[in-house]
Amino acid sequence: MVEKVGAVLVVGGGIAGMQASLDLADSGYKVYLLDKSPNIGGAMAQLDKTFPTNDCAMCIMAPKLVETGRHRNIELLTGASLEAVQGSPGNFLVTIKKTARKVDETRCTGCGMCTHFCPVEVPDEYNMGLVTRKAIYVKYPQAVPAVVSIDLEHCIGCGICEGQCEAEAIVYDQEEQMMDIEVGSIVVAPGFNLFDLARKPQYGYGVYPNVLSSLELERMLSATGPHAGMVLRPSDGELPRNMAFIQCVGSRDKQTGNTYCSSVCCMFSIKEAIIAKEHTPGLEAHIFFMDMRAYGKEFDEYYSRAEEEHGVKFTRGNRISMVEEDPVTHNLFITYVDGAELKVEEFDIVVLSVGTEAPVDTDKLRQVLGIDLNTHSFCETSIFDPLSTTKPGIYVCGAFSSPKDIPDSVAQASGAAALASSHISTERNKLVEIREFPPEKDISGEDSKIGVFICHCGINIGGVVDVPAVVEYAKTLPNVTYAEDNLYTCSQDTQSKIVETIKEHDLNRVIVASCTPRTHAPLFMNTIRDAGLNPYLFEMANIREHCSWVHSKEPEKATQKAKDLVRMAVAKAALLEPIPPIKISIGKSALIIGGGITGMTAALGIADQGFDAYLVEKKDELGGITRRIHFALTGEDVQARMNELIDKVKSNERVHVYTGAKIKDIEGFVGSFITTLEHEGEEKQIRHGVVLVATGGAELKPDEYLYGKDPRVVTQLEYEDMLANGGLKEDTKSVAMIQCVGSRNEERPYCSRICCTETIKNALKTKEMMPDANVYVFHRDMRTYGFREDYYLEAAEKGVVFVRYYPENPPKLTVNDGKLDLIAKDPFLDEEIVVNPDVVMLAVATLPNADNEELSTFLKIPLSKDKFFLEAHVKLRPVDFATEGVFLCGLAHSPKFVEECLAQASAAVSRATTILAQDELELEATKSFVVDEKCDGCAYCVDPCPYDAITLIEYMRDGTVKKTVDVDETACKGCGVCQATCPKDGIFVRGFTLGQINAMIEAALEVA
Amino acid sequence: MEEEEYEPLVIAFCCNWCSYAGADLAGVSRFQYPPNIRVIRTMCSGMVHPNLVMDALTKGADGVIICGCHIGDCHYLEGNVITEKRADAIELMLEDFGLEPERFRLEWISASEGDKFARVMNEMVEAVKALGPSPYKM
Repeated sequence: MVEKVGAVLVVGGGIAGMQASLDLADSGYKVYLLDKSPNIGGAMAQLDKTFPTNDCAMCIMAPKLVETGRHRNIELLTGASLEAVQGSPGNFLVTIKKTARKVDETRCTGCGMCTHFCPVEVPDEYNMGLVTRKAIYVKYPQAVPAVVSIDLEHCIGCGICEGQCEAEAIVYDQEEQMMDIEVGSIVVAPGFNLFDLARKPQYGYGVYPNVLSSLELERMLSATGPHAGMVLRPSDGELPRNMAFIQCVGSRDKQTGNTYCSSVCCMFSIKEAIIAKEHTPGLEAHIFFMDMRAYGKEFDEYYSRAEEEHGVKFTRGNRISMVEEDPVTHNLFITYVDGAELKVEEFDIVVLSVGTEAPVDTDKLRQVLGIDLNTHSFCETSIFDPLSTTKPGIYVCGAFSSPKDIPDSVAQASGAAALASSHISTERNKLVEIREFPPEKDISGEDSKIGVFICHCGINIGGVVDVPAVVEYAKTLPNVTYAEDNLYTCSQDTQSKIVETIKEHDLNRVIVASCTPRTHAPLFMNTIRDAGLNPYLFEMANIREHCSWVHSKEPEKATQKAKDLVRMAVAKAALLEPIPPIKISIGKSALIIGGGITGMTAALGIADQGFDAYLVEKKDELGGITRRIHFALTGEDVQARMNELIDKVKSNERVHVYTGAKIKDIEGFVGSFITTLEHEGEEKQIRHGVVLVATGGAELKPDEYLYGKDPRVVTQLEYEDMLANGGLKEDTKSVAMIQCVGSRNEERPYCSRICCTETIKNALKTKEMMPDANVYVFHRDMRTYGFREDYYLEAAEKGVVFVRYYPENPPKLTVNDGKLDLIAKDPFLDEEIVVNPDVVMLAVATLPNADNEELSTFLKIPLSKDKFFLEAHVKLRPVDFATEGVFLCGLAHSPKFVEECLAQASAAVSRATTILAQDELELEATKSFVVDEKCDGCAYCVDPCPYDAITLIEYMRDGTVKKTVDVDETACKGCGVCQATCPKDGIFVRGFTLGQINAMIEAALEVA
Repeated sequence: MEEEEYEPLVIAFCCNWCSYAGADLAGVSRFQYPPNIRVIRTMCSGMVHPNLVMDALTKGADGVIICGCHIGDCHYLEGNVITEKRADAIELMLEDFGLEPERFRLEWISASEGDKFARVMNEMVEAVKALGPSPYKM
């Protein structure tokens, strides 16, 4: 019997590795997070914006970076590599080599003086070599840990940094270090490598100055990039007038061996084109591509907006063969096809949309971990175990198993965390420190002593607002005892400094004037807790999103506004009161809605974590839509796996299955929900701590292409059933498959994601069963992303005919003399194509579950406009809802493949476990409170309360009956409808009282 | 000497979930609007007591705007429906106080409508500029 260890090693500190680490650490496991780089953050740290919301990448990532850096249960091993792994699941012995940073991590304050004085200039990898850094450096301004390191390859050993360092942190004789750690499981998230553009010399990268990689452009677009967000031509520093994007450079390319699709570059280029146009007046952007793979949630809408609102030009069906340059102007020429015409166009900049590859150390990982790689050197996985490597106890997430975008990586990371902890769940909480804050200081009776911390945010604020002037102004405001400016108030070292400053100056209220409280308030609230202050003695002034960024051309007025915003925050802060925490106990069970493959996997996952799972399915049997899938692209027997899963679910004593059950109502909140079920003619009540929504989806029954009128026209699932059960006539000579039926149209603007690949699967199966039959696929873009592309190629090689159509000119299907006539116009040949298929398969849309609307009211969770559920954040919280304790997975989120559903199912388990692993949860404390002496019990507030949280009560006071209202704090969500209804100043929301809001108004108007 | 141009001051109450996020997105997208707006974050537009609006206007704000989630999107289910009803009452109160109706506005701005936030703020500032300073300005 192996002695299990309650610790996990996570290899790779990008967004996936961070998410896996945070989930594990929050669920009670010790985490070692290893990164070969001196600072974590990975590729996402280099991004300017993220599609499809244009969120600033660093803004959404910074809170996670900081949380990872400061989490008590996460030990960062940076500049480290994996050398050996021994042992078995539950108990691995891992040998790690830590390179010599030549800097004492515990002493370095990240002040940056050393980098200022270092005389050695080195190309800056973070900025893709467009600018230089020093030989002693920190990778990027917000980096975690905020500690410099010496680049030994370039350091000349002059000793200047050592002389400059006041913290005496430079240690020239630091040696590399070998260390052994014991862990129960391993999660591998090493990310990806960029394709080497020198391998495509026909594009002139590195020779023609104005040919850029998409990552170089990304850095240019970033405010922290080489030209502070300006795109400039490298040859002459001029603003470009136009810009071309060449897609699939190092992807879908037999010449380089990278036959797979890199999955993200289409969306990446659309995003860059939009942002580049926003940053550069009059810029034209032109994207040349083969198929536009906008397959993710809300991607197609983004693509449409790029074309229609932003005026980005798209030219389809193009693999650009080469780039030519005018050596005098350094302008670039591209020859391309537009319909049936050949055209040449001149560009100021050409951007190569660079593909992704397996990480550089993939082979070492294979050897050390003993895992298998696939033919493209990525980590081998299978559709039913998308997060498991071939070695038990070692899991994978992110781009290492296939190229993928951020939300898919984050979902996989959470999922891998759930699997990694499932077999060591008995060891939960054994190796961790519980985060403890110092006892809260009693500030009652004290005068307000406010500290104001004003952030430069690099140049984001400081480049417009005169920050030092705002600091001086803040010092003159009433109740302000301390004010200072910070380069980045959110950086880790500033957090410790704030704690020290609070103690030193005995501050009892804190203001940070920086960015939006929506992302950063939680971070600072925890920081002041570390100094013994109640977290609600905190206020933010948003001088970035609401000031420097929107008044960038009016620095004086922006500075004045920043002063006003600080004054308003100070006025409110003086009136802030500590809010006592509300703690609730957590019921250790989960309700899982939907008994398809996703719900079943989630239920087993919850059970594996040691909690009870109530699995509710409205149909009489488990299995959901996957029951209708017979084949997998990769050859697995889907129904056999499904039956295994059903058996496991039914035999697991922690999983309680309710089939043929209807949910009548769900009441309560995180930790203690009560669900009423109608099951076997009876009403049943289930108590549970969390909810996992896995309601699945449905296949559209279309009303076009003669569907329902001619039996030869079938949907994709019906066709698959025919293939599996001999429904296809033996003399079938011709099969036509039509893509995007009911998807990507006005009614349903979304892409259904799976249908292209399902068509390829069916086409290959048809060819296998009837090699002589002709198979035609009529499509708009073939969206076989990732390694699915290899099967698209295989289908083409086996003679499947692919014909493109445009939505304004779709194929026409008619019956003539009992024969089916399918007429389409090939836009490249500009000719009509006529086929007479025996069967027509329609690749129809995946629909959201019809019950979603009802469920959204029960659980108070939102739907997207396409009526799928809308997660808390499309990038970084793909399986969370904004409502605490409610999670999302599978088709309920958006159309996706079985392997993606399973990854999300595990992810939802992981997110739920972060709650279920706790005995008590601290709730958001922004709630209503009653001022009893003012409330006369008129009860005006009772009815408007959306949560029925207010009740009228009576009690005896001084011998008479006193009427008043009472607030149920667990039901109250702090919306404040009550306070705006009350005519007597009798009920307020903590932190937003009329007095506090009024103080802000008066401060804004300077009438106080 | 040229007369100094009057710079109005507009208080904008923005709900935390949609409109404040929309204002954030205006920032992220660098949509420019005049620096005459002072945003006050509230949890829901339904939290804004009509007295706050009238207090602001009578203490010298040249305009007040309440921004909330679109109807149907309220984070608190129907807080904004109540806001809409209150707006009618506020309009009547403006009349009583001798204030032009253009000094108050209610707008639904979602978290993805940064462009709308900037446009509405531009319009609001233009509108109160055209009216001249608030008669209550001290």
